[in-house]
Amino acid sequence: MNEEKRRELVEVLVDDARRSTADLARMFDVTENDIEETIEQLEDEGVLRGYTAVVDWEEFDDDRAEAYVEVNVSLDRETDYVDIADRIARFPEVTSLHLVSGNYDFGLVVEADSMNEVSNFISEKVAPVPEITQTVTHFVMDKYKERGFGMGDGDDDERLSVSP
Amino acid sequence: MSGKDWKGEVAERVRTVPPSGIRRFFELAEEQEDVISLGVGEPDFSAPWSAREAGIQSLETGRTSYTANRGKRELREEIARDARRYELDYSPEDEIIVTTGVSEGVDLAFRALFDPGDTVAVTQPAYVSYVPGVTFAGAEPLPVPTRPEDDFKLTYDVLRDAGAEDADALVYCYPNNPTGAVMTRGELAEVAEFCRENDLVVLADEVYADLTYDGKHASIAALDGMRERTVVFNGFSKAYAMTGTRLGYALGPAEAIGAMNRVHQYTMLSAPTTAQYMAIEALRRCRDDVEEMRRAYNRRRNLVLSRLDEIGMDCFEARGAFYVFPEVPDGDDDSFAEELLKQEEVAAVPGSVFGEGGEGYLRMSYATGTDELKQAMDRIESFVARNY
Repeated sequence: MNEEKRRELVEVLVDDARRSTADLARMFDVTENDIEETIEQLEDEGVLRGYTAVVDWEEFDDDRAEAYVEVNVSLDRETDYVDIADRIARFPEVTSLHLVSGNYDFGLVVEADSMNEVSNFISEKVAPVPEITQTVTHFVMDKYKERGFGMGDGDDDERLSVSP
Repeated sequence: MSGKDWKGEVAERVRTVPPSGIRRFFELAEEQEDVISLGVGEPDFSAPWSAREAGIQSLETGRTSYTANRGKRELREEIARDARRYELDYSPEDEIIVTTGVSEGVDLAFRALFDPGDTVAVTQPAYVSYVPGVTFAGAEPLPVPTRPEDDFKLTYDVLRDAGAEDADALVYCYPNNPTGAVMTRGELAEVAEFCRENDLVVLADEVYADLTYDGKHASIAALDGMRERTVVFNGFSKAYAMTGTRLGYALGPAEAIGAMNRVHQYTMLSAPTTAQYMAIEALRRCRDDVEEMRRAYNRRRNLVLSRLDEIGMDCFEARGAFYVFPEVPDGDDDSFAEELLKQEEVAAVPGSVFGEGGEGYLRMSYATGTDELKQAMDRIESFVARNY
């Protein structure tokens, strides 16, 4: 598959990673083998890092807690951003970790079973890291959109069932 | 109940035009509960948010008055700029008119350009409004049926065989509703030749121009000697998923557009103002949204064509709009569509509804979510296996 199609395939997977190989082959007018090979290549190249579900835990009656954490660090000759990031990223509670521009250095998303657990995690595991000088925690109160998916009820199709 | 009998009052040219065959299928489909519809002639997407937001903002700031008859100057300038993508060069001053959907534009042309007794060649199968529109305008429609062996394209021979050399004008729509056929520049050249030889005016409905999947859309008005005899229609309904906002436009020589504007200024006055603000934004900032939708349609088109092939229904490779036009196994498109609806609750429109040349085919729209499309194709597969 050419570069344009490869990119489009990635976009389709971002939208819905559960499409079957057979349907993807039909959609891209290629063979199933082409699809499998391309996905394998994309995985090998590190373009595709994983496949996951977008979950609204509230609908599952599950009170998970999530927080954005701003983290400031001070670097020295022996320690750079990657070293610190690596140390923080290893905790499973940290679901994403970005180096950002602006008033703080790292933006973390932390998930745990309760607000208490999130707080404890920050104070016991993140704040004590020697290079970390400050943390500011923002708990998520409600979600409206997650990775492109609206968390509302969705719209009905109001089109006439048959039209010219 | 009123005692007056209106039958005798309804004008003959209205009385004699039957209601659209689409209507019957709509009513049949409404009787079923769990219908997956491939019968819809409009996008399943909503208009790009930034266009919708521009409409909201125009309302918030109180932009609710009439606009110039021909449409807001700003919009006509954007349209002129956009049309250059298809090698069409028209002046916002007097060669562009903004209309309430392409439908109004086409109707304006019919009323402004035709006299009683004029003959208008109507390419078929086609969108259901052309023949009634020509009739309402007092002119005579002449059906020009395209052929499956030409993949439903218009050809010199098809025009000649239909007797179109005596017609005053030719109406067509490519990319085509209902077949999904497109015409290349080369193929349009012979149509252009026929029209020049026989002095036909061309009304080219290009509302699906942006939904072309294999190569770039070609407009007949860009061919030698054709600009002077062509009015091109386009709009925001299909590519920008703005059907309900009702906005289209026509491009043509100043005399033609001026005549259309004469009718427009005394009837519609101006196209909806909110819609015009949306359209300005759409042309300025929504090309990426259109491209994204186009690619989504293309993937669905591939999916449907390949499923039809697996099912064993013959279908030429439709390269435009969002329709495929498969052949019905026993040629009886009406029963196929009716039974498919009753047995499997899938709605598709029989080709005969769209005029001559459509009999024996089915219009399937893929402007429907991929998951529903898959489900519909599964149902069609078992329907065909069971009945044919």
